[in-house]
Amino acid sequence: MNHMLRGALLAAAFTAASLGTASAQVGDLKIIAPAAPGGGWDQTARAMQQVLQSEKLAANAQVMNVPGAGGTIGLAQFVNGSKGDPNVLLVGGYVMVGAIITNKSPVNLSMVTPIARLTGEYEAIAVPANSPLKSMADLVAALKADPQKVSWAGGSAGGTDHITAGLIAKAIGVDPTKVNYIAFSGGGESLASILGGKVTVGISSLSEFDAQAKAGKLRLLGVSSAERLPEAKDVPTFKESGVDVEIQNWRSVSAAPGITEEQKKQLTETIGKMVQSKAWKDLLAQKGWVDTYLSGPAFAEQLAKDVTATQSVLKDIGLAN
Amino acid sequence: MDTFAALSQGLMVALQPINLLFAFVGVMLGTAVGVLPGIGPALTVALLLPITFKLDPAGSLIMFAGIYYGGMYGGSTASILLNTPGESSSIVTALEGNKMARAGRGGPALATAAIGSFVAGTIATIGLALVAPTVVDIAISFGPEDYFALMVLAFTTVSAAFGSSVTRGLTSLFIGLSLGLIGIDLQSGQARLSFGIPDLLDGVEVTTLAVALFAIGETLSVVAAGSRADEIIEPVKGSVFMNREDWKRSWKPWLRGTVLGFPIGAMPAGGAEIPTFLSYALEKRLCRKPDEFGNGAIEGVAGPEAANNAAAAGVLVPLLTLGLPTSATAAIMLAGFQQYGLNPGPLLFVSNPDLVWGLIASLFIANGMLLILNLPLVGLWVRLLAIPRPWLYGGILVFATLGTLGANPSLVELGMLLIFGLLGYVLRRYDYPIAPVVVGLILGPLAEQQLRRALAISVGDPTVLFQSPIALALYALSALALFGPLLFFLITGRKAPVGGDED
Repeated sequence: MNHMLRGALLAAAFTAASLGTASAQVGDLKIIAPAAPGGGWDQTARAMQQVLQSEKLAANAQVMNVPGAGGTIGLAQFVNGSKGDPNVLLVGGYVMVGAIITNKSPVNLSMVTPIARLTGEYEAIAVPANSPLKSMADLVAALKADPQKVSWAGGSAGGTDHITAGLIAKAIGVDPTKVNYIAFSGGGESLASILGGKVTVGISSLSEFDAQAKAGKLRLLGVSSAERLPEAKDVPTFKESGVDVEIQNWRSVSAAPGITEEQKKQLTETIGKMVQSKAWKDLLAQKGWVDTYLSGPAFAEQLAKDVTATQSVLKDIGLAN
Repeated sequence: MDTFAALSQGLMVALQPINLLFAFVGVMLGTAVGVLPGIGPALTVALLLPITFKLDPAGSLIMFAGIYYGGMYGGSTASILLNTPGESSSIVTALEGNKMARAGRGGPALATAAIGSFVAGTIATIGLALVAPTVVDIAISFGPEDYFALMVLAFTTVSAAFGSSVTRGLTSLFIGLSLGLIGIDLQSGQARLSFGIPDLLDGVEVTTLAVALFAIGETLSVVAAGSRADEIIEPVKGSVFMNREDWKRSWKPWLRGTVLGFPIGAMPAGGAEIPTFLSYALEKRLCRKPDEFGNGAIEGVAGPEAANNAAAAGVLVPLLTLGLPTSATAAIMLAGFQQYGLNPGPLLFVSNPDLVWGLIASLFIANGMLLILNLPLVGLWVRLLAIPRPWLYGGILVFATLGTLGANPSLVELGMLLIFGLLGYVLRRYDYPIAPVVVGLILGPLAEQQLRRALAISVGDPTVLFQSPIALALYALSALALFGPLLFFLITGRKAPVGGDED
């Protein structure tokens, strides 16, 4: 999303906030992180907790971890247990979209009240420094020659990494079911197999590869953003290399189902103020997260688009029907 | 001698009074949460992250290191005294440690665990300081086929080490392997044996199974035995400290455990459990009094505890040198680094040497502090066993349930705890060993995933499994473990010494 549009949205949010008559502070907030401590969602929830409290946007904020099944356990608990409660928030993200589909989850994101997209990360493809693959074009050629000979290391099957690999195959006219995707349970393990040259390419969020790329041990072939990223200026986007794939692994915050419009408005304002605060911006810079704040109907529209696209690619790689 | 200069610089940082205070708070907190099953160091550090955000980076990282080591120490205390392994890496400790505690030798068991952890932690930390870059090169050269060979070695040695009857041992192992199949298959993303229950999609939590089989199963056995209970727990018999023979029997297992734990811990898919299994199997083989195994052999506590701590230091090798978090706690520590804008990885040693060496030095401090704090307390801890049995087991039940629910607030988890507790009771009642169930749950999924990764990378060609020299060496060791005793018999005409039943 471009800066002008974002600026306009922020301005709109700001105006709405200043017009709002509701008190600046919400009461006690409970933020559910549908994952174990340490992961991205947990860190997002704790970052929110920190800023909401330090900026006095909430009297008190608590984080609760409900791990399991790509976030769908936490989602189910949230949908069933917090109906109409304006003091509970759920952190989630793009991974949940895929998990809901592959796990055939009885609850989905249309059952909660989306508030805003907060941050995002882009996917990157990396090869070891001594790999014969020098560019995206080399990778495309190798995939076209024999997709099975190209092994991809990434996170669990059906996750963002796998979906991106499937989208790339589809974009260049290779059968996505032929993608030889090797799932690893943690970023560390897959990175080790890439560095050790056990697999052809690795696919993960850019931040996982960044340090190794700067140290010259990995070469980045491409990133999944629309434009080149400030932290990796010399890495071309997939689109630049003629592969029409753009994907963002975003994290968002949602409110409970069945809250009133008034309550929804107040939460949106609170989150809007949080995102604008210096404390939040500093925190994002520290963690290397990209601010991709998007709220209101624009977010709802983006969410619907992501759900449809994900459904179709998961079908293509044979993980959903 | 750059390393030593850097390390002494780091020690100066860690020895500042305020940092000593942080280390003290860390080890105390860590020990406390380590005793509670389910709630581990990872969760504690996660809870502290937002609070420590404004503190000085060195101080809070030192505190996290204290929590990490303290948690492991607390885990072994609960294993030994209450037979409630709070962490998957202290499961093996419960086998011999709890037998020792019941026989009035809880003091020496706690002491050998503490001193062994100190010795192993210290040696491994020196290893971390000196050879981290080399170790990590070897560790990442391990491919899926090599890991699979390592799992084969673990299976062959471990199945030989548990239980007197091979059939009973294998039955238990296969129960564990079947439980390991539950959940979403990582490679295909499809759910297996989850029966439409979303809580089962992530599989069976190792600590839930271990706590249920050990603690709940035993509580049920005690209740079922009622007044027929023949076994009397003796809180203390003899000295609470290690005698000369204990020392003599402990020091070699400490060193062997360290040698197993450090390199395996440094491997990205190694973990802390496998070295404890291997160490237990090895000590059982080498023990002069094999019939003591299963009845409280001190070697069975000393070796695995050392291996566990050495592995914990090993985990820091890929974290600090590559930025690879290979355990939950390491992942949280990584988040801790990032909180201060530091990115662990190949550049960290160059960009923030004072912090890295301060952290490494603080590991020494945390280890030393744990020893100083805990040895005098051993006498106090073992008094726990003097609590009347109904109260003691009531307490264990509350503890086990709270810990499990604290880590994962879900009714299904609670149900699993009870069902596996019943399973533990039935296994005990019919004299099946329980440790292989947990071993199967840990090793089964690892072995399966590595095998499938190896075969997927080779596009289905099975010869890939036998091409790497590392894998071949590991298979040779497995063959030795399997056929060694047979050869021994053929050559000497005597039966190789076999251990007694455990648990």
